[in-house]
Amino acid sequence: MIASMMLAAINWHSVLFLVFAGLACAFAVAVVVADNIVRMAFYLVLSLGSTAGLFFLAGAEFIGSMQLMIYVGGTLVLLVFGVMLTAQAPFISIKTSTNDRVLAGVVGAALLVVLLQAAFSVEAWRRPGVGEVANPSATPLGMALLGVRVDDPPAGTSPSLVRSGYLLPFEIVSVHLLVVLVGAAYLARAKRRRTPRGIETADVAASGGPR
Amino acid sequence: MADFLINTVGLPEWLAWVITAGVAAALILNVIAGGALVFIWAERKIAARIQDRLGPTRTGGRFGWLQSLADGIKLLGKEDLMPEGADGMLFQLAPYVSFCASFCAFIALPFAFDFVGQRLNVGVFFVVAVLGLEVFGVILAGYASASKWSLFGAMREAAQVVSYEVPLGMCVVVPVMLAGSMDLVTIAEKQAGWVTNWYLFHDPFTFVIFWVYVTCAVASVNRAPFDLAEAESELVAGFHTEYSGMRWSFFFMAEYGSMFLVSALAALLFMGGWNGPIPVAELLGLSAGTGDTANYFVRLIGCFNLMGKATLGVLVMMWVRWTLPRLRIDQVMTTCLKYCTPIAAAMFAGAMFWQLALPGGVMRGMSRPAGEIREGWLEGPGGRAAARGTAVPAAAVPPKKLMQVQP
Amino acid sequence: MNPLNPMHAPTVLASLFAVNLLSDPVSVTHYLVVGAILFTAGIVCMTVKRNALGVLMGIELVLNGANVNFVAFSSPYLQGEQTASIGLDGQAIALFVILLAAAEAAVALAITLNFYNNHSTVDIDQADDLKG
Repeated sequence: MIASMMLAAINWHSVLFLVFAGLACAFAVAVVVADNIVRMAFYLVLSLGSTAGLFFLAGAEFIGSMQLMIYVGGTLVLLVFGVMLTAQAPFISIKTSTNDRVLAGVVGAALLVVLLQAAFSVEAWRRPGVGEVANPSATPLGMALLGVRVDDPPAGTSPSLVRSGYLLPFEIVSVHLLVVLVGAAYLARAKRRRTPRGIETADVAASGGPR
Repeated sequence: MADFLINTVGLPEWLAWVITAGVAAALILNVIAGGALVFIWAERKIAARIQDRLGPTRTGGRFGWLQSLADGIKLLGKEDLMPEGADGMLFQLAPYVSFCASFCAFIALPFAFDFVGQRLNVGVFFVVAVLGLEVFGVILAGYASASKWSLFGAMREAAQVVSYEVPLGMCVVVPVMLAGSMDLVTIAEKQAGWVTNWYLFHDPFTFVIFWVYVTCAVASVNRAPFDLAEAESELVAGFHTEYSGMRWSFFFMAEYGSMFLVSALAALLFMGGWNGPIPVAELLGLSAGTGDTANYFVRLIGCFNLMGKATLGVLVMMWVRWTLPRLRIDQVMTTCLKYCTPIAAAMFAGAMFWQLALPGGVMRGMSRPAGEIREGWLEGPGGRAAARGTAVPAAAVPPKKLMQVQP
Repeated sequence: MNPLNPMHAPTVLASLFAVNLLSDPVSVTHYLVVGAILFTAGIVCMTVKRNALGVLMGIELVLNGANVNFVAFSSPYLQGEQTASIGLDGQAIALFVILLAAAEAAVALAITLNFYNNHSTVDIDQADDLKG
């Protein structure tokens, strides 16, 4: 079998897909299994980076670059900062009870079976793409965000279908991001830290009890 | 090159792709590693001359040319230490993460008209995105070293890099807007000709944006005067305090690679890329299209042209490092948030209005119906007409062929 | 063969592996499987982790699984003759999901930091002040 695999043409698209998909899934499972919060963050970075590779393979280059810049380079850096700010020795690995983990595993496995069955159920999704396709370009997406649809409608769409641009969602998301980030910055401003619950230290007692 | 291997040499298709990818990767690796070798020597010599001394003069003759090689041999022979409380896996992986980010950004960087690892339509975006991933190597190194000073250095550097990505992005958008494409090859091609075609001299706003870009790029790669992450006088050596030997040299290859990358990006975006101040090829009557040896020679000249400009940028960065004093972290943040970002935003708006103020600019943009825009895009480069083989302008990209499975 | 029929399970499994050989081109189903695994890993992570940041990481995984699905449906490379593509809309949806995930992660992190400042722990099992 190995010999026949070697003699047959290796479709590098499939090989690269398997590499990226394998990395993404393996590191996602590693996030679930790992105990140390910093290692979990690192595995998540690798998983999302591999997902960006998957996006590039599917021809969505702009989305792949967005994933790398915003998700991996922004959101995950924020997450890692949060991990660093809140990770202290007793809290780096907080374990869940075994019962909870077994129950979660069973439910997760059931969910996975349902999703896989749905993934394999539609015949149209199982036939691979063939032929020559125009190079992926970011222009249709950019124009769509300005409200003008220049891309071809997918084959089989009725010609009278009016396709809307994405200008309004674009503006809404911009304002949304501004509001959310201002709110988050306000929420996370530095405040006086209280003593941990139930622990009375000597100096707290001396200064007249916890506030 | 893959087509050459498939058609002329007759290799099976899958093997041709592997060899092409391997050659491209080996070339890029040589650029980074060879560049690091040269830049380390250059840095020591420049630092020495600025400080009124001589620098390495013994290894390899009068100018100490083999000093980098000697350094490399020394680093290979060093003991591989790891601090006791360090997180083993993260400690060992951190330098490679940093180096991978630096290396991956070279994939989309064109060295001449057809000398590009992968010609991405979103080239500029991809390069800037991947540059921002280098910060993970730094954070991991700082955390995994189990040392307070490493962690401080890493956090400062992460804050700095992430903050400076904002004005960097705004500076990079201006040439994209002038060229109309994020494709680095297209942006450089539009600056072909005499030096007046360079975007640097396109309008005063772009000129100012170029200097803001230089500031943000220097801050992004953590070079002085923004190098408080490696501040020897304050933090021992910041995030790479506990690293020695080859692991440390990986961090430095990543740093010099990034320096070369942002300089090459500046050259591509603002200074014409591989098109020189004087259009040598045009004057000689050659063109850089695909095909025979003369065109290959033209592209080779362009490649050396771009590498020369990038090296000039790196040398200027070294010059600035040994001239200016180091900034504090609050000064770094002030520069970013109070100076670079507003100036970049204002200049971006200015460049945008300059484009509109060109004759017919305003009307051209606002009066075309959606259908006409769509037709224009379909007939242009990269659109559907290009895939069909009709309407192919000079800088058009041939359509992608999916791998056909041989029956 | 009907995937729901347990008698056909061996053939379904065989087709699962046959679909994954190195020389076959990739189809939408491959991407959907990856999306399903990422989604399930995210759900399990959200349920199992006691660290608030671990829960946040689970949320990111869930959103990424959904993004993989959207991008697969939008890709012109993956569709067969009988089209399954939703074209540019899939990419636009994935774009907005990325943006909204960034916003949501920022807020969740701010909440977590607040919680940490008030209770000196990120263990969400200790977030029971309103209980009973």
